[in-house]
Amino acid sequence: MSNVSEKVFIKGNNAIVEAALDAGCRFYAGYPITPQNEIPEYMSKRMKEVGGVFLQAESELISINLVFGAAAAGARAMTTSSSPGISLMQEGISYMAGCELPGVIVNVMRGGPGLGNIAPSQSDYYQACKPGHGDYRLIVLAPSSLQEMYDFTFDAFDLADKYRNPVMVLTDGLLGQMMENIELKRDKKSEYLNKPKEWALTGAKGRHGQRILSLLMKPGALEKHNFDLKKKYDLITKNEKKFEEFHKNKDAEYLIVAFGTVARISKNIVKKYENIKLFRPITLWPFPYQELKEYAQNVKKVFVFEMNLGQMLDDVKIALEGTKKIEFYGRPGGGVPTSEELYKFIQEHI
Amino acid sequence: MEKQRLVYKRPKSLTDTIFSYCPGCGHSTVHKLIAEVVDELDIREKTIGVAPVGCAVFAYDFFDFDVTEAAHGRAPVVATAIKRVHPDKVVFSYQGDGDLASIGMAETIHTANRGENITIIFINNTNYGMTGGQLAPTTLIEQVTTTSPYGRDVKTYGYPIKMLELLAPLQGVKYLERVKVTDAPSVVKAKKAIKKAFINQITNIGFSMVEVVSSCPTNWRKDPVESNKMIDETISEYFKIGLIKDTQ
Repeated sequence: MSNVSEKVFIKGNNAIVEAALDAGCRFYAGYPITPQNEIPEYMSKRMKEVGGVFLQAESELISINLVFGAAAAGARAMTTSSSPGISLMQEGISYMAGCELPGVIVNVMRGGPGLGNIAPSQSDYYQACKPGHGDYRLIVLAPSSLQEMYDFTFDAFDLADKYRNPVMVLTDGLLGQMMENIELKRDKKSEYLNKPKEWALTGAKGRHGQRILSLLMKPGALEKHNFDLKKKYDLITKNEKKFEEFHKNKDAEYLIVAFGTVARISKNIVKKYENIKLFRPITLWPFPYQELKEYAQNVKKVFVFEMNLGQMLDDVKIALEGTKKIEFYGRPGGGVPTSEELYKFIQEHI
Repeated sequence: MEKQRLVYKRPKSLTDTIFSYCPGCGHSTVHKLIAEVVDELDIREKTIGVAPVGCAVFAYDFFDFDVTEAAHGRAPVVATAIKRVHPDKVVFSYQGDGDLASIGMAETIHTANRGENITIIFINNTNYGMTGGQLAPTTLIEQVTTTSPYGRDVKTYGYPIKMLELLAPLQGVKYLERVKVTDAPSVVKAKKAIKKAFINQITNIGFSMVEVVSSCPTNWRKDPVESNKMIDETISEYFKIGLIKDTQ
């Protein structure tokens, strides 16, 4: 590994692999599913080069539980999948949240429900931001460029360790499959990589046995645990909200709210039309409610664009508290809107 | 006073917590055997256990070494990852029949087939103990459970699954033995088997699993003596006690 930044022309899925390895991830488990297969394929080659553990799991249940075990043992661990596979992982993600285990899950979204198709989609906003059983939160990062695929995957490991919480990088088949120039930050230091994990299971040398568990049966114990988790979630909300405000004119009258691929497409509109600006949530949880409300304060109308039937739309409504008229345009089932198509929608609804 | 010789003490690998298992249940005995083996092999400081979902879900209250929970059926996978991260540690999962043979069947078979160098202690009491005695894949033909009130009908549920015989042909599997803990001689044999399954891991022989046919007096609606008699006379006719596979 060199000690300098390195510019490469790389596929999105492969950028995730490089980011994970640069962040010190030495345990990966994954199961084949399109459109993320380049990740396990490339990882199987690269992980061997750095001397880590690569396991092709026999199901997504096995993938996520391997990550659970590796995290319990104190390792930086990652799994990747696409929408139907993430559904299978929800059980394990909930256990990780309950046990306060760090770990990174990359979701290269495809169309659904069911087997759906293998085209890019944003239809897992709900299952990422309003995840599985029990009262818990998953930190969700949404890249919209391949540089961000790399950067956010790297950061996800630090966030996971900092808060002892699973983190999801929520991307899609378009960003996973496309190629772009990015800068690999080989010299970037991961802040939490070498911080000792006193809670991890490493053998009870000179001490009593330690426990990793989410089962709390004594009266009041789970309620207390839930309130403790809430404190952590509040801290994450306070510290980690990320978003981008994109405009030529800050006082534009119309606002687009979009994330990931759709935000990227929407930027073409903002670059052309001064009267339209863009708010892009980067952390989908914690969602930047207050920041969006402030940015939307003087606009006449808010447009929410997604590659689904309106999932982030709910959070935009919560943020705006009924103060703004909202128009939604969504393409489900693998449909990817063009900027012309989105601009036409704006024109028709101004 | 004449100096007394200490012939028995509580294993160091057990905490002071009193077992919460029902009277006559085999779990307590097997827990004690594991703790004794861990002490005798002097591996308390490098043993990591994985507790299942089922009656032994509270195993971590009783063992004084590192223990994690695992989702229902996923214990061998969690054990696999821990062992891959820490190859120098001794990692075992402790699982019941609902956990290992039903919901965790895929996890069990693939872990065995990969030949993971871990130890599995499998408690077969022919029912789901924790949830109230429902039908398990190991429930005997015509056995009455809370979800088979007319007895297990093989036309509906097939035949009780013999996990060790199922795993035996897999080349990654190195040692399989079925034991019981119904009387002193069988407890001694059970301990020997458990010890061998741990030694196999320490000496890198590979995947080892011991099945303990264990009584569940509460759900069998029998007293402990009758329950042990049922194992000796009926259950061990179907689930044969003894060595199933040993590659050494």
